Amino acid sequence: MWNWFQKLASPPHFYRIAGLLQPWLLWPALALLLLGTYGGLFLAPADYLQGDGFRIIYVHVPAAWLSMFTYTLMAVAAGIGLIWRIKLAFCVAAATAPIGAVFTALALFTGAVWGQPMWGTWWVWDPRLTSELILLFLFVGYILLRNALRETRQADRASAILAIVGVVNVPIIHYSVEWWNSIHQGPSVGKLDAPSIAGDMLWPLLVMVLGYQLLFFGLLTIGVRAQVLGREKHSRWVADLLTNSNGDSANTGSRN
Amino acid sequence: MSEFLAMGGYAQYVWTAFGVSFFALLALYWMTQRTFRQAQQQTRRFVQSMQDDRS
Repeated sequence: MWNWFQKLASPPHFYRIAGLLQPWLLWPALALLLLGTYGGLFLAPADYLQGDGFRIIYVHVPAAWLSMFTYTLMAVAAGIGLIWRIKLAFCVAAATAPIGAVFTALALFTGAVWGQPMWGTWWVWDPRLTSELILLFLFVGYILLRNALRETRQADRASAILAIVGVVNVPIIHYSVEWWNSIHQGPSVGKLDAPSIAGDMLWPLLVMVLGYQLLFFGLLTIGVRAQVLGREKHSRWVADLLTNSNGDSANTGSRN
Repeated sequence: MSEFLAMGGYAQYVWTAFGVSFFALLALYWMTQRTFRQAQQQTRRFVQSMQDDRS
């Protein structure tokens, strides 16, 4: 197990694996997103309270879930990088940040567009909404901090500390609707044994979440490869990779 | 069809949420690919300059 992990954490090995995995993540992601959108817009029945307005759930919940998932992953990867000095972990953290920022912005945007017809306002300083906005600031702060620090090692360490400190915000987002009297509705899916949402409304949502999840991992393979190339430019394997014939020999997976 | 597009009166909200999500994810994919290609080009230029120095 440890050997396998060490091998995976070696940049050339991961670079190759990431390239191989890419189409197997991105194409199923596209298929699931299309299926989930179709199910959410055409097959799911209208909600008895919110009518067709509830269909925003199919783009709101996946984005919100991924915003928390990506931040946690970023903080864990940054922590692993700090503790065990694994370069690849910093690559994962750095590549996750811009993707997570987009998911967070989407969660906030689709939430505002949903809030307007249902609550009569685009925005309220509610615990759930405010903590999600702080998450966006954390992602943006992480990216700006990395850009501000020229030296990669310094950028890795400083941004890792920011990411780890900021992770306390994730449980706050998650439990905000239970801890405080929030305008935001409680979870519909969390309790899978007895979800408070009907089956024909639920399955397109699960398909969308899975699609967003696979899309994230597909994008992550691309982003991590970019990080690895930049950091390993002095190494032999990168020189071989980029000067061999068309320089794309280990890159068959990214042509889609 | 027009009934479907009307979304029971929520048309502008539902279609805005789906449209913006779709284009944001498309842009995200495009930006990530561009980051990779730029890293590839920069690194290739770097590797070639190193090899030119040596020869």
